[in-house]
Amino acid sequence: MEWETVIGLEIHAQLTTNSKIFSGSATTFGAEPNTQASLVDLAMPGVLPVLNAEVINCAAKFGLASNSTVAKHSVFARKNYFYPDLPKGYQISQMELPIVHDGYLDIEFEAAGKSDGKLATKRVGITRAHLEEDAGKSLHEDFQGMTGIDLNRAGTPLLEIVSEPEMSSAKEAVAYMKKIHSLVRYLGISDGNMQEGSFRCDANVSVRPVGQKELGTRAEVKNLNSFRFIEKAINHEVERQIDLIEAGGAVVQETRLYDPDKDETRSMRSKEEANDYRYFPDPDLLPVVIDDAFIEAIRAELPELPDAKRARFESEFKLGADDARQLTASREVADYFEAALAAGGEPKQAANWVNVELAGALNKADLSLGESPVTAEMLGGMLKRLADGGLTSKMAKEVFAAMWDGEGSADEVIEKRGLKPTDSSEVEGIIDGIIAANPGQVEQFRSGKEKVFGFFVGQAMKATKGQADPKQVNDLLRAKLKG
Amino acid sequence: MTSHTTVHTRTLAELSAGLAAGDYTSVELTKACLSRIEQHDGEINSFITVTADNALAAAKVADDRRAAGSAGPLTGIPLAHKDIFCTQGVKTSCGSKMLDNFVAPYDATVVSRLQEAGMVTLGKTNLDEFAMGSTNESSFFGAVRNPWNTACVPGGSSGGSAAALAAGFAPAATGTDTGGSIRQPASFCGVTGIKPTYGRVSRWGMIAYASSLDQGGVFAKTAEDCGMLLQAISGFDEKDSTSADEAVPDFNGGLNSDLKGKKIGVPTEFFGEGLDAEVKALIETALKQYEAMGCELVEVSLPHMHLSVPAYYVVAPAEASSNLSRFDGVRYGHRCDNPEDLADLYLRSRAEGFGDEVKRRIMIGAYALSAGYYDAYYLKAQRIRRLIRDDFTKAFESVDAIAGPVAPTTAFKLGAMKGDPVQMYLSDVYTLALNLAGLPGMSVPAGFADGMPVGLQLIGKHFDEAGLLNLAHQYQQKTDWHSKMPAAFA
Repeated sequence: MEWETVIGLEIHAQLTTNSKIFSGSATTFGAEPNTQASLVDLAMPGVLPVLNAEVINCAAKFGLASNSTVAKHSVFARKNYFYPDLPKGYQISQMELPIVHDGYLDIEFEAAGKSDGKLATKRVGITRAHLEEDAGKSLHEDFQGMTGIDLNRAGTPLLEIVSEPEMSSAKEAVAYMKKIHSLVRYLGISDGNMQEGSFRCDANVSVRPVGQKELGTRAEVKNLNSFRFIEKAINHEVERQIDLIEAGGAVVQETRLYDPDKDETRSMRSKEEANDYRYFPDPDLLPVVIDDAFIEAIRAELPELPDAKRARFESEFKLGADDARQLTASREVADYFEAALAAGGEPKQAANWVNVELAGALNKADLSLGESPVTAEMLGGMLKRLADGGLTSKMAKEVFAAMWDGEGSADEVIEKRGLKPTDSSEVEGIIDGIIAANPGQVEQFRSGKEKVFGFFVGQAMKATKGQADPKQVNDLLRAKLKG
Repeated sequence: MTSHTTVHTRTLAELSAGLAAGDYTSVELTKACLSRIEQHDGEINSFITVTADNALAAAKVADDRRAAGSAGPLTGIPLAHKDIFCTQGVKTSCGSKMLDNFVAPYDATVVSRLQEAGMVTLGKTNLDEFAMGSTNESSFFGAVRNPWNTACVPGGSSGGSAAALAAGFAPAATGTDTGGSIRQPASFCGVTGIKPTYGRVSRWGMIAYASSLDQGGVFAKTAEDCGMLLQAISGFDEKDSTSADEAVPDFNGGLNSDLKGKKIGVPTEFFGEGLDAEVKALIETALKQYEAMGCELVEVSLPHMHLSVPAYYVVAPAEASSNLSRFDGVRYGHRCDNPEDLADLYLRSRAEGFGDEVKRRIMIGAYALSAGYYDAYYLKAQRIRRLIRDDFTKAFESVDAIAGPVAPTTAFKLGAMKGDPVQMYLSDVYTLALNLAGLPGMSVPAGFADGMPVGLQLIGKHFDEAGLLNLAHQYQQKTDWHSKMPAAFA
């Protein structure tokens, strides 16, 4: 039987506010346990939550950027359950009236069986996005036979973004999650740090025979905190469900936990064991009421978003779709690119350097863009020399490596190392000489043996001791060999 | 005889004047109160904690402040706090074994505002456990006895505060009112009590029972005294989102306004079946007094009032079931010995820490909120709440205030309600509707039935505490019920 997969994602993005959602405590990651827990975070008797207005701005930004409705009236509700790292015995969240609802995002992904090399596109619905507080952490190590509770994280603001069940492969799910990841970082509302857990997701996965309308029974896979894990966990879960059904079994509605070490999901609790959260509107908090003027003020604050930026890069800099997509995938890269380009380089060359050379070097050194030893200004200086003929592309690689190693700006490196491209009349003379000295090969080339061209290039580079600009050599050779 | 040996008979306003005139010091006043508590509270059990040392130190500070010329009207006057208000460094038990070991790390806004005004905290008064009860018998620290007849209850949940006032242990006390917990004990103990409009007084530091209904307020001998206290505790607090950002008027500024032409609504529903005949007669006499002062009595109807008991006993337990989840034995409060695992820790800590009435309400509340029942109970109760509020809104279109009894009877005998919670819930019939509608209300002493005090309930429009205080004060100018003290404590 042929199977179809249906996936919906619930993404939790920690919001980068300075203080918690309902208390004045700081939200810095990694502080000593319980040093960022106030009376409110500890749920002392008699304390009350007070909403941090900044989270409303964050949620509204996300709503506008995701083509959603930003609700003029939203309500915080209590989700009741007992857990040691949930100090109040309930989590303040939103249930019936979330702040953001009914939006969508367009995603692009590599589709199986598509041969033209182009990416497939799809519109994924966003059911809702609501605000809630994070729980603390239970620490099971270091306390023999006991559990430690760290409430620093308790009350950290989260935006939970719930998609429609509209994705049909792990690849689509990853593309959607990357899209949201990029968006929240563009908006500056979340740092998206997946290692620290500030961006994580649960996936609702089900399968059904192709052509069937009703959804299959779903399992919720929790604890997905890297793009790689999401893809693996979903694929694994799809396989498990198909195997189960094909063996005559049935999928049960349950929550499963993904274990990245073993690459498997295992059951956490079934539907029957699920909590009845007894949601009801939190009487300690007033409904959040916002008006059009507020929404318009937020709209005015929105930065250029990834899709718009990408379209601009294509039209303004005449970049190809792939280059533009890669450059705009994160705001940092896009900003780096534009800053580098501002020095006067050539866009296509700049894109290539950022996407290929710089990305490769960073990847190799396991550094983030922010940690790059070559700043945008430094790369811009080099690109400028490339564009004005002060460097050959081969020399540029040497200059880049030197800048990477801390030898200073492009101009300083050029000066120090005495780098200078061979000038074109000189190259022309050398090429004339090579053509004159190799009539046999010239004949071969002219009779259609394209392969011989490489021979000429090699000769020319050898004669110029590698200092000639390969592109210039190529162009001159082509022109002269045509005869 | 030094003048301060009879201070327990004086109103707060008189004491304020006495302190200002130098008739006595705050230290003398405080000592007098402490000594009365020490002598007589064995019979009443109105205090859970007496903070004598702190009180004397605060009294000294108040006297110094007076000497420095910066005393206000409340400076140096002793008071007692209901043990539901957090008091930094002092046990705050909420009447429960669960918090028997809990020393609050901060002050409630009500506490800190009264402290800033210079008042002297004598201690923490007894209450029904987590304010759940109408008799003060559900307290882990034992029942409180009514100073008018120690075989009777003082009412609840703020029974300790009302009894402490009636017995002359303190000239002022704080309370909280979720469904009548200030007005009913005020009525049973023959003192004046006011529950302000929901949002008038910050709930920060007031241990929550039912958040959308809870409201802090005060007890004193007179309306004037209540106004002075209310002035200090009212006003927006950024720590409580539900506190109202509403201007606080001079509550006592209009105490002496003429009542001529004021319209007082008399709801037919307040005088139906179940109302004790003697209580009814006293309330009617009080209403006649208002007529004599120039008020017009207008019959009004609150057609949904009979639904306030069921609505309240869904909404309040629902919120309570969630509010009391934090008492889990993990961070503070009672924890069972040697828990086997997490479930055992929760189950035993809560089973041991909470009393029966609290458990009953948590169970009712959890049930009312559970999947499949939410619409039928919680949502329906919220709809009733809106109907009740609409009833009042409509009634207030034609009247300035509403009056009636506080409770259908005088104080119950101790143990009379034991084993019959529904009967106890029904006795709240006249007080619950106000909380559901968020309105301010008072209980004003209006006579005695069979030797036990009866309170007149006055209900005002939202944020019209000043209007209520005016009504009550004028009545107290013509009557002396409020100045009576039980013979054993006179």
